[in-house]
Amino acid sequence: MKTTQILIAGFGGQGVLFAGKFLAYKGLVQNKQVSWLPSYGPEMRGGTANCSVVLSDMPVGSPIIDNPDVLVAMNLPSLQKFVDSVVPGGKILIDSTLIDAKVQRTDVEVFYIPATQMARDAGFASLANMILAGKLLKEVDAVDYAGNKETLEAFIPAKKANLIDVNCQALQLGYNY
Amino acid sequence: MAERVLMKGNEAIAEAAIRAGCRHYFGYPITPQTEIAAYMAKKMPKIGGVFLQAESEIASINMVYGAAATGTRVMTSSSSPGISLKSEGLSYIAGSDVPALVVNVQRGGPGLGGIQPSQSDYFQATKGGGHGDYRMIVLAPASVQEMASLTMKGFDLADKYLMTSMILADGTIGQMMEPISFEDAEVNTYEKPWALTGTEGKRKHNIVNSLYLKPDELEKKNFERYERYKIVEENEPMWEEYMMEDAEICVVAFGIASRVAKNAIVAARAEGIKVGLIRPITLWPFPVKPLAAAADKVKSFISVELNMGQMIEDVRLATQCKRPVTLCNRAGGMIPSPEQVLSSIRQAQKGV
Repeated sequence: MKTTQILIAGFGGQGVLFAGKFLAYKGLVQNKQVSWLPSYGPEMRGGTANCSVVLSDMPVGSPIIDNPDVLVAMNLPSLQKFVDSVVPGGKILIDSTLIDAKVQRTDVEVFYIPATQMARDAGFASLANMILAGKLLKEVDAVDYAGNKETLEAFIPAKKANLIDVNCQALQLGYNY
Repeated sequence: MAERVLMKGNEAIAEAAIRAGCRHYFGYPITPQTEIAAYMAKKMPKIGGVFLQAESEIASINMVYGAAATGTRVMTSSSSPGISLKSEGLSYIAGSDVPALVVNVQRGGPGLGGIQPSQSDYFQATKGGGHGDYRMIVLAPASVQEMASLTMKGFDLADKYLMTSMILADGTIGQMMEPISFEDAEVNTYEKPWALTGTEGKRKHNIVNSLYLKPDELEKKNFERYERYKIVEENEPMWEEYMMEDAEICVVAFGIASRVAKNAIVAARAEGIKVGLIRPITLWPFPVKPLAAAADKVKSFISVELNMGQMIEDVRLATQCKRPVTLCNRAGGMIPSPEQVLSSIRQAQKGV
C-alpha cells in the first residue's frame, strides 16, 4: 500500500498542468486512486502555475500537497518556493536548462535534466514537461512506464491526435536520460 | 461497474445535472465555478436543452424561478458574491414552493473577497441568505464523485419537497480532478399538478406566486411549509462516520475540510489517539442524531472549517453543549494543513 504525492511547478505555458494530467491518467488507467489539483486564479495568467497529483493504492485523503514526495521544478521561483517542503528522502527533478541553481539539501535525491535544451534539440521545444515526466516515470516507483500511448489517447482530443507520437518521443527521451 | 473517467468537480456537476434530466441552465460567469457554465454551453444545445448566459446573477436566478414554475428541471451555479446577488430570487423561489437546484462553489469573503476555496457561506446556505422564513436542502460534496451523486440527489429532493437544493462546494473540489463513474442512476419523476404548463382551456389555471397580503393566509402558508421541512429533517439527513467506533475525540468537518481531517485522523491514530470523524453530507437538515449520540460517548469535539467558525454553532446545538467543542480553522481562501488539525487533536487529547 503506497501513496505518492507529486508537485509539478513552473510558469504558465510550460505544460505543468498537462504533465500532471498525464500522470493522473497513468494512475487512472492502471487502476490507482488519483487526484489532480491545479493552482487556479490570476497566477495562471503569465505567472507561476503548479499542480498536485496524488497516486495511491488507497482512497486519496486530502488532494492538497503540503509535503511532496516528488517535486518537478521547471523554473527557479518554483524551486525556491517548494524545495524545503519536499519530504526527507524525496526526489527533486529540475529543468537544468532554465535553473542554474543547485539544491543544497543532502537528504533528497536530485536529478538535473536539461529538459528544455533536449526538447529544442529534438524539434519539439514545448515538450520539456513531458521529458521531465518521462524521467519521473523512470525514477519514481508510482506507476508503470508502459502504456503511454494508450494513456495519451485517453485524454487528448481526437483533433489533436497527431501530437500523441511526439509526446511519446519526449517521454522516451526523458526516460532514457 | 461503469467506466472510470477523470473529471473536474465542476464538470461532474454539469454532467450529472444533464443525466438527472436538467435541460435548463441559466448563469453568469464567476471563478471558481465557470467550468459548469462552459460544460453546459457545449452540451445543452446538442441535447435540445437551453444554456443561457444572463446579463446578471439577478436575471439568471429569476430565469430559474420562471422555468421552475413550469415544473422543468432547472439550475444555476455561481460562487459566493454571486450567490448573495441571487439571494432575493432564492427567497421568492422558496415562497412559491417550486423546485430548483443552485450550486455555490464557494470562495473567500466577505465582499468581493478572493477566489481561493472557502466554506464561509455556511450561514448563508443553512440559515437563510434571502429574507423570510425558509430553508434550502444543503448538500456538501467531499469528492468529485459526490459532486455528481449529490447533484442528482439534489434534483430529486427538490422535486420531492418543492424546495431549492443547494450544492455547497468549494473551489478545491470544483477545480480538482478525480476518477468518477456514472452508474446508470434511476431518475425519479414526480407529478407536478401545480406547474404552469398551459391549460389548453381544459382546466383551471395554476398560480405560482409568493405574495400573500392577508397575514392569516401567509401564516398558513408558512406553517404548511414548515410541516414539509419537518419531514425533510426527519427523513433526509445524510452523514458519514469514519473511525468513530471507539473514538474519544470527534472531529466534525464537511467538504474539503473533511478530506484534510481524514489525513490528520490517520496520523493521530498512528500516535494511539482514539479519534474519529462525523462528516455532515447534508448541512441542512443537519445530522443531529449521530452528533447527539456521539456526545454521550466522546470527550470532546473539534469543528474543522474553512471559515471563522460557522458550523460549530450547529455542532453545539446538536450536542446540546454536553461536551466542549473547539474550532480548528483557516479563512479567506486558506486551507488548514493536516498538521494543524493533528495539533488540535493532540490538544483535545490532553484535555486543554
